[in-house]
Amino acid sequence: MLPELGTFALVLALLLALAQAFFGIAGPALGHERWSAVAKPAALGQATLCVLALLILGESFIEHDFSVRYVADNSNSALPLIYRIAAVWGAHEGSMLLWTCILGLWTVAVALRSRGLPPAFAARVLGVLGVIAAGFLLFLLATSNPFARLFPAAPDGRDLNPLLQDPALAAHPPMLYLGYVGFSVAFAFACAAMLEGKLDQTWARWTRPWTTAAWAFLSIGIALGSWWAYYELGWGGYWFWDPVENASFMPWLMGTALIHSLAVTDKRGLFKSWTLLLAILTFSLSLLGTFLVRSGVLVSVHSFAADPTRGIFILIFLIIAIGGALLLYAWRAPLLKSSAGFELTAREAFLLFNNILLVIACAVVFVGTLAPLISDALGLGTLSVGAQYFNPVFLLPTMPLLALVSVGIHAGWKKGRLGEQRRRLLASFALACAFALAVLLGINGGTDWRTPVAIGLGAWIILSSLIEPLVRIWRGLSLSRAILGMTLAHIGLGVFVLSISAVETYTVERDVALRIGEQASVGSFEYRLVSMSPVEGPNYDGVRAEVIVSQGGREVAVLHPEKRQYWVQRSVMTEAGIASDATRNIFAAIGEDLGDGKWSIRAQVRPFINYVWLSAFLMALGGTLAALDRRYRRRADAATLETQQATEQPQLSPNPASS
Amino acid sequence: MNRFVLPAAVFGALVLVLAVGVKRAPEKSTIQSVLIGRSAPEFSLPVLGDPAGSRFASTSLRGRWHLLNVWGTWCAECRNEHATLMRIKASGKVAVVGLDWKDQPEDARRWLQQLGNPYEVVVEDRDGRVAIDYGVYGAPETFLVDPQRIIVYRHVGALTDVVWAQQFLARIQSGGVQR
Repeated sequence: MLPELGTFALVLALLLALAQAFFGIAGPALGHERWSAVAKPAALGQATLCVLALLILGESFIEHDFSVRYVADNSNSALPLIYRIAAVWGAHEGSMLLWTCILGLWTVAVALRSRGLPPAFAARVLGVLGVIAAGFLLFLLATSNPFARLFPAAPDGRDLNPLLQDPALAAHPPMLYLGYVGFSVAFAFACAAMLEGKLDQTWARWTRPWTTAAWAFLSIGIALGSWWAYYELGWGGYWFWDPVENASFMPWLMGTALIHSLAVTDKRGLFKSWTLLLAILTFSLSLLGTFLVRSGVLVSVHSFAADPTRGIFILIFLIIAIGGALLLYAWRAPLLKSSAGFELTAREAFLLFNNILLVIACAVVFVGTLAPLISDALGLGTLSVGAQYFNPVFLLPTMPLLALVSVGIHAGWKKGRLGEQRRRLLASFALACAFALAVLLGINGGTDWRTPVAIGLGAWIILSSLIEPLVRIWRGLSLSRAILGMTLAHIGLGVFVLSISAVETYTVERDVALRIGEQASVGSFEYRLVSMSPVEGPNYDGVRAEVIVSQGGREVAVLHPEKRQYWVQRSVMTEAGIASDATRNIFAAIGEDLGDGKWSIRAQVRPFINYVWLSAFLMALGGTLAALDRRYRRRADAATLETQQATEQPQLSPNPASS
Repeated sequence: MNRFVLPAAVFGALVLVLAVGVKRAPEKSTIQSVLIGRSAPEFSLPVLGDPAGSRFASTSLRGRWHLLNVWGTWCAECRNEHATLMRIKASGKVAVVGLDWKDQPEDARRWLQQLGNPYEVVVEDRDGRVAIDYGVYGAPETFLVDPQRIIVYRHVGALTDVVWAQQFLARIQSGGVQR
């Protein structure tokens, strides 16, 4: 009975979403205020029904209702409770339901915080969000209803894919979707502005916190996925340029460009049509990512069952949503002329370069991800694009970008005078160079010129980001959340660059074959296999090794990697044994049983790898702080905006006394 | 209007590429098996529901086309392909052998009584060892075995009438030898 209510809730939600879309867009267009007023209650009802459907699906999992096909396919009576809950989004139907629910949550957030917005504009935003929600609800009901019954019921379920039975992966999809779907808000704001044919600085101020919040969630989602790949896939890598990873990385890159472009539109009223285009493209890439993952057009470690009818449906939706938005853009954007100039060394110019380089970086990933599809479509055979393409090519736009960050954050708006910041910037540059040189001479004999360059750039970003907050504290000035957030996010970028350089240059790894009691050296470390013992979990059994790692005769870590065989799906999973401290991760994973008492062990020591993920959390924290800045809370009408702009210039004005 | 031509062309090309990708996606879901072109691995398993305890050996998969269908009553998708299997049996083009994988014999018997039996013979692989020899990835899975006991094709997932016609029948007809 309950699952039928779930289907019913989705049908009602679809109807409400259609109402939300129709009245939200037609109301303001025809000037019917009463019609516009329908959008908000429809949106609230639609979102509530979606969440209700998600709860019902969760209840079916918790209660082991194997008469629901999706539950029978993705759960099992031996599956622990936490994974039964995570199994709700463990496969296609449930994860699309989660997508729709999260869209509903964002819609509710916009609806509830829309009091400061002009009613017609708010209705249009909700209307556009309603179009997207209706598309996805129709998709769920037509091709992938999670509540479809199985008759007669299965006696037991086929179990959740063992790869997904992991705490980080339980949290990964919700975070990722909060980011992906969050960009729909910026998209809706952009479409609403184009429908209105009017875009001013207030528009950018409304859009900024939503975009930054979505970007922060996406950062965490990507980091969780990468962390999961590191310890669960058993290869010890953290980024594979896998199509599914790229699918989440492309909106992140475009979203980063959008955040910066919005800052220019907010502060100076420039880049208007460019910002609109970025908002459309960012969400388009989110939709494209959903399409790539869900249609099975690309073969990936993440892709499970593929169904062509679903692919066709999403493709049609993609054409309508993206094509429609781009048509609207072609028609309306020429009306939005920006009419102020700036010097080539002003902050606007730096942000323009930032945007261009980020878009190029995104294009690099885009081409690499779609190249296999393109060559297949042209009949050139199957082609695989891997790290050999991505790693070097991706650095081309990103290296100059890193160099620009340190200078750009100190450039003034409109006129590019560094003023007294010039001295501090030079000092930070000298410090960073000294640091890179010290690392180069102290640790490494110099293998690759990119390492010291990247280390220098990373250190410079951190030092340069610290200048402004430190000077403000020194002078007893207040630090707004916006400045603090920007500083944290840029420090996060610096930490990211430093840790990636360290990991890529100083990792030692080796696959060794060991009998019990034997040892092998990996760099300056000795790995000794002490024992192999059987283990049994709630729904698996396997072997667990004890590996003692020592350096210079001193024991530094005891690792317990496992190899598990899950009963129902009969798949073998590795659980890496990892000992981490502030400077490095010591890693071991069990490979093949080589027979004759020998086991292959994958041994790796990666310095500073935890900081790769930590940096993503720093960026996300920075984004969250910036999104919570007080100026976004106020009702932002044009009059107060001007005065705020005068008082809230993030950079310091040049001080004539000291120059 | 010239400045719209290039973006529109790029968008159109992207859509085209994705559409071709969607069209070809089903081919990629075929997991290639190293067993294709080789003799079906040997097994000798008890026949389901035979009180005399007779056994069926894979050496009997000769002389005509066979389908080796891996299923279980615990498998949801197996129920979906059951109707297709019944139609395949009725067509008489192949002999369908069921490998009841990791299942309870009484459950399997009840299933066949309730839904109908598409199989010529069903063997019990209770501990799943034979399925391992065949590299079974999950149920349902179906192997097409030619009259010389060579595995010609492997399908992962539920059979449908379309898959049957396009992948199986086509291979049987081009293989020629039919008795």
